[in-house]
Formats: sequence, structure tokens, C-alpha cells
Amino acid sequence: MQYTEITVRYGELSTKGKNRRSFIDRLGTNTRNALASFDKLEIKAHRDRMHIRLNGEDYHEVVKLVKKIFGIQNFSPAIKVGRDVEEVKRTAIEIFNEIATDGMTFKINTRRSDHNFEYDTNQLNDILGGTILDNFPQVKVQMKQPDITLRVEVRSDGIYLSYEQIPGAGGLPVGTAGKGLLMLSGGIDSPVAGYLALKRGVDLEMVHFYSPPYTSEQALNKAKELTAKLAPYVGKIRFIQVPFAEIQETVKKDVPAGYLMTIQRRFMLRLCEKIAEQRHALAIFNGESLGQVASQTMESMAAINDVTSMPILRPVVSMDKNDIIKVAEEIDTFNLSIKPYEDCCTVFAPTAPKTKPRIDRSREYESKLDVDGLIERSLAGIKITEITSADHFLNAQEESFAELL
Amino acid sequence: MIYFDNSATTKVAPQVLETYRTVSDKIWGNPSSLHALGETADNLLEQSRRQIAQLLGCQPHEIFFTSGGTEGDNWVIKGTAFAKREFGKHIITSSIEHPAVLNSMAQLEKLGFDVTYLPVDQNGRVQAKDVKEALRPDTILVSVMAINNEVGSIQPLAEIGEILRSHPNVHFHVDAVQGIGKGIGELLKNERIDFLTFSGHKFHAPRGIGFIYKKTGRMIEPLMAGGGQEKNQRSGTENLPAIAGMAKALRLLLENETENVQKERAIKQKIYDHVANLENVTVFSTVDEFSSPHILCFTIDGVRGETIVHAFEQEDIYISTTSACSSKKGTVSGTLNAMHVPEKIATSAVRVSLDENNTLAEATTFNQAFDKIYARFEEVFAK
Repeated sequence: MQYTEITVRYGELSTKGKNRRSFIDRLGTNTRNALASFDKLEIKAHRDRMHIRLNGEDYHEVVKLVKKIFGIQNFSPAIKVGRDVEEVKRTAIEIFNEIATDGMTFKINTRRSDHNFEYDTNQLNDILGGTILDNFPQVKVQMKQPDITLRVEVRSDGIYLSYEQIPGAGGLPVGTAGKGLLMLSGGIDSPVAGYLALKRGVDLEMVHFYSPPYTSEQALNKAKELTAKLAPYVGKIRFIQVPFAEIQETVKKDVPAGYLMTIQRRFMLRLCEKIAEQRHALAIFNGESLGQVASQTMESMAAINDVTSMPILRPVVSMDKNDIIKVAEEIDTFNLSIKPYEDCCTVFAPTAPKTKPRIDRSREYESKLDVDGLIERSLAGIKITEITSADHFLNAQEESFAELL
Repeated sequence: MIYFDNSATTKVAPQVLETYRTVSDKIWGNPSSLHALGETADNLLEQSRRQIAQLLGCQPHEIFFTSGGTEGDNWVIKGTAFAKREFGKHIITSSIEHPAVLNSMAQLEKLGFDVTYLPVDQNGRVQAKDVKEALRPDTILVSVMAINNEVGSIQPLAEIGEILRSHPNVHFHVDAVQGIGKGIGELLKNERIDFLTFSGHKFHAPRGIGFIYKKTGRMIEPLMAGGGQEKNQRSGTENLPAIAGMAKALRLLLENETENVQKERAIKQKIYDHVANLENVTVFSTVDEFSSPHILCFTIDGVRGETIVHAFEQEDIYISTTSACSSKKGTVSGTLNAMHVPEKIATSAVRVSLDENNTLAEATTFNQAFDKIYARFEEVFAK
């Protein structure tokens, strides 16, 4: 069977009242961006559903990407035939040839958006139901909860048949919730936090702290590769790399070991706040999960949070590690995250960090540092790149190995 | 020159040599090094592993690189013995295994392990029912080769696998050194097989490289202790030029496996038809689905194997006595012995072993040379 079109149904959008139009426009734009590599597609986002005309593009390849677009509740591949009842019958038989099993129940569900067609919905239901029953003695009609619902839609340009409903990614179209920054370390949690933020419609930019020579080029590439894994949900993501070595060296030199982690994190948050202002972001997301490590106790969060009034959102805060890993595996970031490159958190980790750091002590230790100067110099060294799902940073050499292998 | 000794070793393929050279020249870093050169080497190492896994239909983490077939056999057998000795000390193998297996078993016997050597039928095949009878509560390993290296008999791996299904704790090892690329891919994919041994130089990769397949979840002790390469299972700096070359060689081998097997089978058949019915010839290999397309073992009765090898050499044709490993020692073939071939006949055995580069025209030339040699010996040794 050659599918000609994909019919997309919106999710929570339907409940969004006045914002509906902007949500649908956003979803249309996101879909076009995500599917930009397919030249022949025609994408039309209507009030109640979106139609993706394949025009000869490979259905399976398109679907792989459609499944990742947030804001899509479910979608159905459809076959378009001419406005000819014989053609519709033939196609219905073709479909049932592939799916009919013993004892299967079905119904025909016809809709007409074009009322000029020679048969009305009841007539079409009868004609097609009869055709199927004549040709497939092993199936029977059932109106309530049948195994298969063959949907037939009469439109002015043709008749569309579909029978499958494939679940989409759900959530809200990326961008409808505004812009945020994600503190992306390279571990397991922060990409999952990013994924969950994207799913709720947040347009994310990645902030990654790197400190050569304490961290390697590979650690930076790993963070970029993780960004590429999240890119299909958006189309492209901005990656902001922030130099952090000078701050770490200074903190290491002048702050008691127990507070190394706390003070470093406070600097990170200060930097994020400044970057958020520059980039018009409204919130900072991170992968903190309560109690996992010393820096993620409530006392620690409070001491770190002290430096900003900007909302710090922690999508995985209440998740168990195993549940986080499950999501990481689903979005294919887990195997990357566990690659053993030093990141900026591990290098300057004290052997015995304070699990209950105090806000007053943190402020006191910082008062001896040139906080503004350090922040300023770090911000001056920021580099921003744009990353798409087609980019590769860790296995960039695969291509050149092709002739060796 | 006609080279019919491919079970001894194969010629390194030019494309494989090219890879070897390029990797040695350009990607010579140690895969464990942290800098970019090491990273590139590590990427190539892992891509080679992925390619091999993909070709065999398994997971990349199930492939471990070794120095070749001998190491692979030693590792799986002794590694199993060391890892599982708490659970039992009984091992089952066949009496026609490669010396790498048999001598590993002999070493384990000295350490107190009990080894059952299964007999074979007149065609050099193990009977699956014998495996069933030999199994004991303390059996920890069954090791049976895929294709015998001396007579080419294909062993009943599926049937043995079926029997071992109800003994899930017993390791099932298959020495597949002669079996790869010879049309028994499905047999090697049997899901009950836990370990497979492969050797690169039997399929146009260089010497000194091989790999084992170790099914996810199966544990063996490492034999090579050291720097922790290969996930701590097989230490030693990875032989990357050879590994990349082997990955390529395996791809080339398996790309045209069906065609190649047909061709080898036709060559074998042609020689078989020529010699099998002669009065003074005994053939030990069959030409049916129980025998490999690439090995034909036969005698010219009354003439020593070495003499036959040298007579063919004078015709610029290279064959061997039963196996390269035993040929210089002048000992009788272990496989023929196990097949109850009388020693007098067994000393006459020679082996023709083919690969995909051989041709039917070579078979014609071989047959002509054979006629000449046969006639000469008939005259010399006529009573």
C-alpha cells in the first residue's frame, strides 16, 4: 500500500482557547522545520488537523520524524484515491487484504467535507461495509469498539482512506511556552530535563560550561552530540559554551574545600542569569534531582539558588534515577551520557562536599573574590553555535572510515 | 601456481592490505590514549567492531578481539573452566577438534577437570545423541567445532543446541574458524550457541588477529591480565590495523557468500568426480549438505601424504597433508584416527582446501596433474 498523506491530530491544543491559532501556527512551523529535508512535502495546518501530503516522499522516513514533534496527539497515514466509488472499494479491499484476521471486527466511518459527492455518508458506509463483508467472510461488523475503524473522508480533491492511529509525541509545540536555558552537563539527567522541558513547549538553548585543560575536547563534543539528540524535537538548538576554567581555579584557590561545589554552582547560576537576560530567556532549567548527590540536597539548592531570583525549573527533581534512565534510553541519550569524559563538574569536585552548605557562609567566602570580574571575563569568552540533528561531533570520522572498512 | 591450501591460511586480500597499511600509517595512535589521535583510533576500533557485529547479526559488545583462533579456543575453554569450576569440572568435546581445543582440554585434565571426548561416525560427524548421553549435572562446557579442518565435515550444531536448550547453564562453544563464509551462517546463528571462535587469516585478513563472539550475559575468566582493554576481558594494546583489515575482509567474504559457496562446491565436485571412483583412491569427505564446500580429503593408497604433496608441488599446485599444524610432525591425522581409518591408509591422506578465488579451470589443471601423479605411483608401487 502506498500512503499518500499523513493526517495529524492535535493534542492539548484543542483546549487552548484564544491561543489556539498561534499554537497551530507554531506547530506548523515546527513541523516544516523538522521535515525540511523532504522537498516534496506539502504541509497544511488547519484548525482541527494538519495534513502532510507526501507527494512521493518515503512514508517511513517522514514518520520517524513526525513521531518526535511535540504537540501531536496522534496521526494516521492515509491513501488518496479519485472521487470514484469503485476505486474506493478496490482500495478498501487492498487494505483488508493486509490486515484482515479471523474474527476481526470493523466499522466504516465516513465523513464528507464535500457534500457534492454522489453518495452521502450512510450510503458510503453501507456500500463499503458490504464490499468488505462480501470479500472477507472472516471479519464482522461491530459499531462499538471495533478492532479496526476504516476512516473514509470525502474531500473536494479526492477521497482519503485510513485505518491506523499512531500515537504522536504528545506535549505542546516547542516555542509556545517561551524561551528557557538548559544547563547541560553531559550527564544522564540534564538531557532528560531538556527533553521534558521541550515537551512542555519550551524553546531551549543549551548552556555548557567547559574548562580546558581540565576538561577535554571530547567532553565538549559529547555535550554537543547530546544537543544533536534533542534537536529533532525542535529542528535546531543553539549551543552556548561558557568558559569556566578561571572561575574554577580561583574558587579552588580561595574557597574552603567543603564549599567548592556550592560556590562553583553559584557562579554557574549567575552566568546563566546574565545569559538569559541577553537572550531573552525567562527561566533556567537543569537536571537536578533531589538528594541524588551532595550538591542536590535541599540545603544545597537553597544556597545555590540564593544568587538569582530567576525561576530555576527542575523537570526531573522528583524522579528516581531508574526512571530518569528509562527516559534517557527512550530518547537515545543514555549511551552517550555514560561515555567517560571528564566534565566540568567532576574535575573540581571536592572529596567531601558539604551536604548542608549555609547561605551566609557561601556569601562570606565569595566576598573575597572578584565576582564581577570573573563573570565578565567568562561572558566575554562565550561561543554560540547552532546544532541540528544532522550534526555529529563524536563520530565525525565515520564517513572517512568507510573506505577503510 | 594453484593454491589449494586455504584451510592452512589464505592470502591477504589487496584491499585488506591497503587498509592495514593506511591504518598503520595514519591512525597509529593507541585507542586508549586520551588525545585526538587515540580518539580517532578508538572510533575506528569501535566502528570495526560494529561492522563485524552487524555482519554476524549480533551486538557490538558481544565481539572481543583476540590474536586468532588458537587464543580464542584457549580463552573460551579455560576461561569457562576457571569461571565455572565451582559448579562442576566436566567438559564435553569431540575427538576431532583442532589441537587448540584438544590441548587446552589436556591442560585442564592435568588441573583435575574431567573431559569426555565424543566419537564420530565414518564421515567425521559427531552424533548429537552422544552429547545428550555424555551430559552430567557437573558439565560446564560443550565445545564442538563447526566444520572439521581436516575432512570438512559439518557438525550437527542445531541438534546439539536443541539438546542443550534444557541445560541452560552449560556453555556451548563452537570453533568456527573453518566455518565462516562457507554457507552455514544460519547454523552459526543458532541461539543456543554461547561462544564462537574466529580467525582472521582464514578469510584474507592478516595473521595474528581474530575474535570471539561471547553471548550477552555469559561469563568467562580473562586469560590476558593487563591494561584492561576489551572491557577488561582481554588486555593488550589493540592490533588496530589488523582489526580494521579483518572487519573489511569479513565484509568482502560475506558479501558474496552464496555465490562463492556455489563456486567452491562446483570445484570440489569436479575433483571429487574425477578421483572418487579410482581403485587406489579413498575419499574421506562427502559431497553433500553435511560437508563443507571447501575441503576435500583423500588418499592415493600406499603413497605417503608428504610424497603426494611434493608431487603436486612439482606441478606447481599447493595442497597439504591433513592439516598444516600436524603436517610437519608426521603424526597421523587425529580426525582420521577418530573416524577409525586404519593408520596405513591415514598416512596417505592429503587435503585440498579451496577459497572463492579458485576457479573451475584450476580444477581441470589439478585433475590433469592428478592423472599424471596417479599413473606414476601406480607404476612405482605396482605389486
